[in-house]
Amino acid sequence: MKATFWGTRGSLASPGSDTARYGGNTSCVSVQGREGTLIVLDAGTGIRNLGQSLPLSLKRVHILLTHLHMDHIQGLPFFAPLRRPGVEIHIWGPASTTLTLDARLQKYLSPPLFPVSVRELAAEFHFHELPAHAMDIGEFQVNAQLIIHPNPTIGYRIQSENAVVTYLPDHEPALGGQTFGTDNSWTSGYRLAEGADLLIHDTQYSEDEYLSRLGFGHSSIRHAFQFAGLCDVKHFAPFHHDPTHNDDTLDRMFDQTLRSLQPAYKVTPSREGLAIEVTH
Amino acid sequence: MSQQEIEVILSRHLAECLAMPIFIVNPDGDLIFYNEPAEAILGQSYTETGTMPAREWATIFNPMDGEGKSLPPEELPLVIALSKRHPAHKLFWILGRDGVTREIEVTAFPLIGQADRFLGALAIFCENPK
Repeated sequence: MKATFWGTRGSLASPGSDTARYGGNTSCVSVQGREGTLIVLDAGTGIRNLGQSLPLSLKRVHILLTHLHMDHIQGLPFFAPLRRPGVEIHIWGPASTTLTLDARLQKYLSPPLFPVSVRELAAEFHFHELPAHAMDIGEFQVNAQLIIHPNPTIGYRIQSENAVVTYLPDHEPALGGQTFGTDNSWTSGYRLAEGADLLIHDTQYSEDEYLSRLGFGHSSIRHAFQFAGLCDVKHFAPFHHDPTHNDDTLDRMFDQTLRSLQPAYKVTPSREGLAIEVTH
Repeated sequence: MSQQEIEVILSRHLAECLAMPIFIVNPDGDLIFYNEPAEAILGQSYTETGTMPAREWATIFNPMDGEGKSLPPEELPLVIALSKRHPAHKLFWILGRDGVTREIEVTAFPLIGQADRFLGALAIFCENPK
């Protein structure tokens, strides 16, 4: 399968000349299987460019939302296939004890926050609430589980015949207690990431920043690297870059962490336009 | 061991941050975590005991009523929260490993996750001043 990064920024879109290399669009990653199944992970502003790149012949898209914070849904109404009749749009996202996924998304997709409602879009919508047990989406088996991040947030493990991609864009496993980094049974997200061929994981903060943002639901770069090591992943893509970190800052942060930790797994910091062929 | 559910992990984190004794059990009734203040009651640390079967922890406190009569496990709040999936509260006495009898109040409640997943129960012990 191929994972392509359309938006790698966290919290807020951050366009500009000093963020051009890593990109300024918020979370969106596409995963395409050999048989053509298309899964879109989150609908941040990056999803607009993905939509422009898709063929008009496309008939079905699965959009897997980790949660409904704005940086993960803001691009949704700008996703071109939503305006095409005959296209099936399956939106998967976290369940709530009060409102349906459909109703919660419509809080954003309705006036006065947005001029067009879901009902006015031409595509055929199907909403699926998670976490459920393992499910099949086309050629993929997908597992969804709650992970540590404010408001119900789920992570995804996408498995094909020959590879596993795990997507945990907003995740603070270190909040899970004193055993973080040593005891996998008490580590949020472990089941999803164990042995993954590609782990896409939150690295929003530096060590210093993390100290003043404990409980915000994001990881320090060091914690994310520790998590990747605990889960014995093959390839790690740091993700959800803080909007205040420009390209030079990110280069420096990743370089320092790599030199300090010297991880046993491959590391490729995510940036817009990056595509990774994922295999065992 | 497989990964605990996220609600249980966060419950443990809360327990680790609080100064009152807290016990967490899984749906089978096994004691899967207790915090440092709870260690003083049990006389053992979590790192020493690890997970403890229900038959063991339900009697380890030597729970008694006001007349010194032993309480059966089914009257303990944590057991009620587990079996009836309903909050429970009780005042009783325990004999700690240190040989001291304490009057305590225990509040227990079930841990029920999204989609009605039953994840176990949590109990908070509070020692009444003498």
